[in-house]
Amino acid sequence: MKLLKTLMAGAALVVGLGGMAQAQEKTKIGFVYVGPVGDFGWSYEHDQGRQAVEAEFGDKVETMYVESVPEGADSERVMTQMALDGADLIFTTSFGYMDPTINVAKKFPNVKFEHATGYKQAENVSTYSARFYEGRTVIGHIAGNMTKTNTIGYIASFPIPEVIRGINAAYIAAKKVNPDVKMKIVWVYTWFDPGKEADAATALIEQGADVIMQHTDSPAAMTIAEEKGIYAFGQASDMKQFGPNARLSSIIDNWSPYYIARTQAVMDGTWTSTATWDGIAPGMVGIGDFSDNIPADVQASATALKDALASGATHSFTGPLNKQDGSVWLAEGETADDGTLAGMNFYVEGIEGDVPQ
Amino acid sequence: MDISIVSLIATLIVAATPILLAATGELIVEKAGVLNLGVEGMMIVGAISGFIAAVNTSSPFMGFVMAAVAGAILSYLFAILTQVLLANQVASGLALTLFGLGLAALMGNSYSGVKPPSTPKMEWFGLADIPVVGPILFNHDLMVYFSIFLVFAVWVFLKFTRGGLILRAVGENHDAAHALGYKVVRIRVLAILFGGACAGLGGAYLSLIRVPQWTEGMTAGAGWIALAIVVFASWKPWRLVLGAYLFGGVTILQLNLQASGVDIPVSYLSMAPYLVTILVLVIMSADRTRASLNAPASLGKIFHASS
Repeated sequence: MKLLKTLMAGAALVVGLGGMAQAQEKTKIGFVYVGPVGDFGWSYEHDQGRQAVEAEFGDKVETMYVESVPEGADSERVMTQMALDGADLIFTTSFGYMDPTINVAKKFPNVKFEHATGYKQAENVSTYSARFYEGRTVIGHIAGNMTKTNTIGYIASFPIPEVIRGINAAYIAAKKVNPDVKMKIVWVYTWFDPGKEADAATALIEQGADVIMQHTDSPAAMTIAEEKGIYAFGQASDMKQFGPNARLSSIIDNWSPYYIARTQAVMDGTWTSTATWDGIAPGMVGIGDFSDNIPADVQASATALKDALASGATHSFTGPLNKQDGSVWLAEGETADDGTLAGMNFYVEGIEGDVPQ
Repeated sequence: MDISIVSLIATLIVAATPILLAATGELIVEKAGVLNLGVEGMMIVGAISGFIAAVNTSSPFMGFVMAAVAGAILSYLFAILTQVLLANQVASGLALTLFGLGLAALMGNSYSGVKPPSTPKMEWFGLADIPVVGPILFNHDLMVYFSIFLVFAVWVFLKFTRGGLILRAVGENHDAAHALGYKVVRIRVLAILFGGACAGLGGAYLSLIRVPQWTEGMTAGAGWIALAIVVFASWKPWRLVLGAYLFGGVTILQLNLQASGVDIPVSYLSMAPYLVTILVLVIMSADRTRASLNAPASLGKIFHASS
C-alpha cells in the first residue's frame, strides 16, 4: 500500500514536472524502515524525523518511505527502487541494511546514503548512530536502585555490538548502585514481534525479574510489565501510554536535528561522507521523564548522572573494568575508546551466560 | 534450572491459541479445495477490528464477535476473486495478506497505546485451585476452551456428518461433486468465510489477550505459521492441536531456558521450534503414499462448471 502510494506520488510528480519544467527541483529523500511506522518504538521515531524534515523544508523537499523492509536482499531492491525514483538522499535505518546499502551505493554514485548504526562507510555512504549506551547507563542506574529481587530482565534482539554495548552499560551502572544485582538476558532474534517479546517478558518475570529492559522495538514488554505490576523502560519512544504505572523512564531517540542537518547539506551541496555518533549532549539520545515511583534521591542521582554523561565528566565505560573472563579491560580511570565500543563483542565481568556467536 | 513446568504449559497454551484458531479455519478451507494464503492479512484485520470493538464497547466478547465478522468480510473478498472471478488462488491470497496489513494499519491509526478491557478467566468453581492440574487446565480464558472445542467440532463435522462428507468431496474432486449436483462454489465460499472468521478470532486473541495492545504488524508471521501447521497436521484436526502446542511449546521453552540461564548456546535454542517442526514433517512424510493421500486432491485448483 505505502509503496503504491509512493509510486503514484512519483508518477504524479513526473506529470507535474512536465507542466512546469522551470520550477525548482525538489530534493528527494528516501527512508527505509525495518518495522512499521506505527510500532511506537524504533521506526516510529525515524518517521518522526522524516516528518520533521518535511515540516522544516516544506515544498523544497519530497520524502518517501517504505516500511517493514526485511534486512537482506529485499532491502537492496527497495533502495534501488528509491534511487531509480530519483532520490537524492536515502536513510537506511537498521543495522542489517549495512551491506545492502554499500552495494546499492556503488551502483548509484550520485545518490547519498546514510546508514544507521553500522560501521561501513563509502564515498557516498555516511554512518550515523546514537550513543544509546549513555541512556542505558542512566536507566541501568535506576533499575539497580529499583529492583527488589536484584534481578533485571533484558530482552535482547541480535548479538551485534550495539546491543551488547547496551547490556554492558546497563549492567555496569546497575552493579555500581546494587552489588547483588543479576541480569537475565533473553535473545529473541527479532527486532519486532510483539507476541514473542511479550513471551520473553513473561519468561523473565517467571525467573524473578522485577525490572525489564528491552532492545526490541515494540511496546509489548511494557504492556506485560504493567499487567504483572513490575517496572520497565520505554525503548526508542517514551511508551508511557502502554504502561502508566510500569514505566520508570525511557530512552528516546531523536533523529530530527540530524535528518534536517543532512538534508540541508545535500541542498547546499556540502554533503560529505561522515561517521556521526552523538549521545545525550547534542540531544540525539533523550531520557524520558522520571516516574513518580522512583524515590526522589534516585531521581536526583539519575539526573546528576545524566548531566555528567552529557558534559563528559563521566563516561559509561570507565575503569576499573574486567571482561567476563576476568581479564583486565580498562585500568582505573581509563575510558573505553570508540573503536572498542563500536566492535564490542564481549560481556563485562559479572554478567552470566555467553554472547551468542 | 528452576523452570516451573506448570506455568510453562499455561503460557504455551496462550502462545499457541492464536495459531490454533487460524489453522482450524484454514483446515476447513483447504479441505474444501481452496488454498487461502491470506491468513496473515485476515488475522491482523481481526486483531484490530476486535480491538476497536472491545475498546468501544468495553466488552472483550463483542471484540471477538466483531473480529470474526471482520475476518469473514475480508475473506469474502478472496471468495469473490477466486470463486466468482476465477482468479489465481495463490496470487489472491498473497494480495489479501498485503491488503489486510495495510488496511489494519489504517484502521488502527488512533488505537496505539489504548488499553483493551481485560478478558476474564473462566470460572470453574474452584477447580483452578487444584495444584498442578488447576493452573494448567482450569485457569484460562474462554477462548482457549473455545479453540479446543472448535477443533472438536471440526473433527465431528468432517468425520461424522453429511455436510462434512460433501465438503470433503468438493475438496477431493470438484468435478465429481458438481456432477452429483452439489453447489461447489457455494460450499467453497462458506468454507472461506469460516476460515476468515477463525483467522479473525486468532488475531483478536493476539491483540486482546496475548499482548493486550495494538501495534501495527503485530501478527508478525503468525498467519504463515498457521498455514504451515495445517500441512504439518496433514489436514487432520487433532494434529492441529499437537502442531500448534508443539510449536508454541518449544518457542516458550527456549525463552524460559534462556531466562533461567541454562548453558545451551542460544542459537540452538532459537532454531529449536523450526528444527522440531522439520523433524516431525520428515517423520510424518516418510510414508510417501499416505502423506500425499491426505492432501485434498483439488487443493488450489480453479473450478468452473463449464470445464
